[in-house]
Amino acid sequence: MLTIGIDSGSTTTKGVLYDGHTLLKQILVPTSHKPKVVMQEVYEHLLHGHAEESVYTVTTGYGRELLPAAHKKVTEITCHGKGAAYLGATVGADIGVVIDIGGQDSKVVLLDTYGNITDFLMNDKCAAGTGRFVEVIMRQLKEDVAFLDQYVAGSLPVKISSMCTVFAESEVIGLLADNVRGGAIAHGILNAISDRTANFAKKLPLEREVFFSGGLAQSEVVRKLLEDKLGHRVVTHPLAQFTGAIGAALIGHQKKWR
Amino acid sequence: MEIKKELPEIFESFAEARRNGFIAAKNFKEQNKPMVGTFCTFMPQELPLAMGAAVVSLCATSDETIGEAERDLPRNLCPLIKSSYGFGKTDKCPYFYFSDLVVGETTCDGKKKMYEYMGEFKPVHVMQLPNSPVGTDSLTLWKNEIVRLKEVLEQQFDVTITEAQLKHAINLKNRERQALKNFYALGKLNPPAISGADLLKVLYGSTFKFDREASIEEINALTAKITAEYEAGKQLESKPRILITGCPIGGVTEKVVKAIEENGGMVVFYENCMGAKHVEDLVDESESDLYLALAEKYLKIGCSCMSPNPHRFELLNRVVDEYAVDGVVDVLLQACHTYAVETLAVKRFINGEKGIPYMSVETDYSTADIGQLNTRMAAFVEML
Repeated sequence: MLTIGIDSGSTTTKGVLYDGHTLLKQILVPTSHKPKVVMQEVYEHLLHGHAEESVYTVTTGYGRELLPAAHKKVTEITCHGKGAAYLGATVGADIGVVIDIGGQDSKVVLLDTYGNITDFLMNDKCAAGTGRFVEVIMRQLKEDVAFLDQYVAGSLPVKISSMCTVFAESEVIGLLADNVRGGAIAHGILNAISDRTANFAKKLPLEREVFFSGGLAQSEVVRKLLEDKLGHRVVTHPLAQFTGAIGAALIGHQKKWR
Repeated sequence: MEIKKELPEIFESFAEARRNGFIAAKNFKEQNKPMVGTFCTFMPQELPLAMGAAVVSLCATSDETIGEAERDLPRNLCPLIKSSYGFGKTDKCPYFYFSDLVVGETTCDGKKKMYEYMGEFKPVHVMQLPNSPVGTDSLTLWKNEIVRLKEVLEQQFDVTITEAQLKHAINLKNRERQALKNFYALGKLNPPAISGADLLKVLYGSTFKFDREASIEEINALTAKITAEYEAGKQLESKPRILITGCPIGGVTEKVVKAIEENGGMVVFYENCMGAKHVEDLVDESESDLYLALAEKYLKIGCSCMSPNPHRFELLNRVVDEYAVDGVVDVLLQACHTYAVETLAVKRFINGEKGIPYMSVETDYSTADIGQLNTRMAAFVEML
């Protein structure tokens, strides 16, 4: 009995295949300008070799309505909650909070001890405090987001005062004109986004440990910054980008056996 | 004062629905009856009703005229204020256009300052509403302001409002409130008898009726019809039961109700001012001082412009139980500071004392956030 979970995000589409015990396959591809086509490709890739078996599919993310074969659609809030509790448990953490910094929004989700959602906040009004903010500035600095941590290593963060992505771009131009090093600027951006995210998260009563998901969770620098600013242990997982997709697959599994 | 009867020049350019609105308002005015426009629910409608006027709500609900309004008003202002001002200025709202007098109150900062400019193109009377519902000074001030409104109406329209007329109007408004209460009490039924979207349509529609007696009859007939159909087995599916509180909604902001109901929830109660906020309490008809009775009733409206604002919490406390509410959604219009600040107190109260989930959503009069609203409301319903 297999379940597929697909998370169609604004920047990347993630999919996993789950058999009730282990994750058999995962795939991550850029969403690009055709989320529907990409979602179908992800689905077919995961299904490949299992077409004869019974597969239950759950979709989540902004594009969750786009896959005709989906049995169920669940919001990314619920899926991130489920996925974080699962991934946290694999590294021995007791997750009470999920912080997700995605490409287009950021969210904070509170979980009870059973991994059920008790409250959440979402910032979906502007690019400030999202992965897009980092992406835009890194592009401006002509650097690859994948090497973020190496790029900022050894530099002290400069103060970035504007949290508006558009204004921050002009601020960066000014800093570059003042001969400030790119690494220090990028570090400043990470510091600013961590500040904003931590303040946003503190609106909710944080308890137990924090799971950090989304694309930015790959950055150890951001994880550490969040930990310092929150005063809570922040854990992540190599599969943190798949948190939503894993949650979707887990929900599919529960649904099918209910 | 000459009563306005001609159509605006821009009339020919309107679509049919809006033209019909203008024609209906014009037909009413042809009977030589005045029309009084209001914005907030604090306005004691009994007074204009007592002199035979129609009372219409002028709070606009679409972004059509916001651009026009932003020529005079700041961009970062509540969309309801900008939209209403814009409709007034462009002659696009039949009710504003045919209102012979607009009555506002010193409620929120945005509205009371906007009235200063509105007065440049429309007769506007602003009532001085106290900031606090507590204490005799507030009550005295408000009672005096109600008496002052009577004098303004008498002077502007060259009439006398007698005690008997006012008494009759108080009774009429109380019967209308009772009819609305009986109607929205349908929301108590579980499985539900009526969707939240339909509840809102009727509540919102009732703010534009010229003939109140006919309106009461219509509402009562509708309640009876829905009750009979329900008893005969016409019931809706049981779903998580949502209460909406916060800023006024209607028109384009029905998108919030839609987002809740298309994602597995059911709105069973509206605590905001399109709903129960001003309807729940009746005017005490046994009080011999009519103006005191009116002042007492209207000062109990639990608007966030009041500080402190105990009446909002009293109403929430009661209806969360009476309507078996599973979750509360607090709707904020962008730049509405008083409701935004009060979200913390409402969240504490709903999560803490009532022990149920709470979510606040900020929105405006655009349709740009429908995707986000759907995700948020779906996640909220999944949580219940």
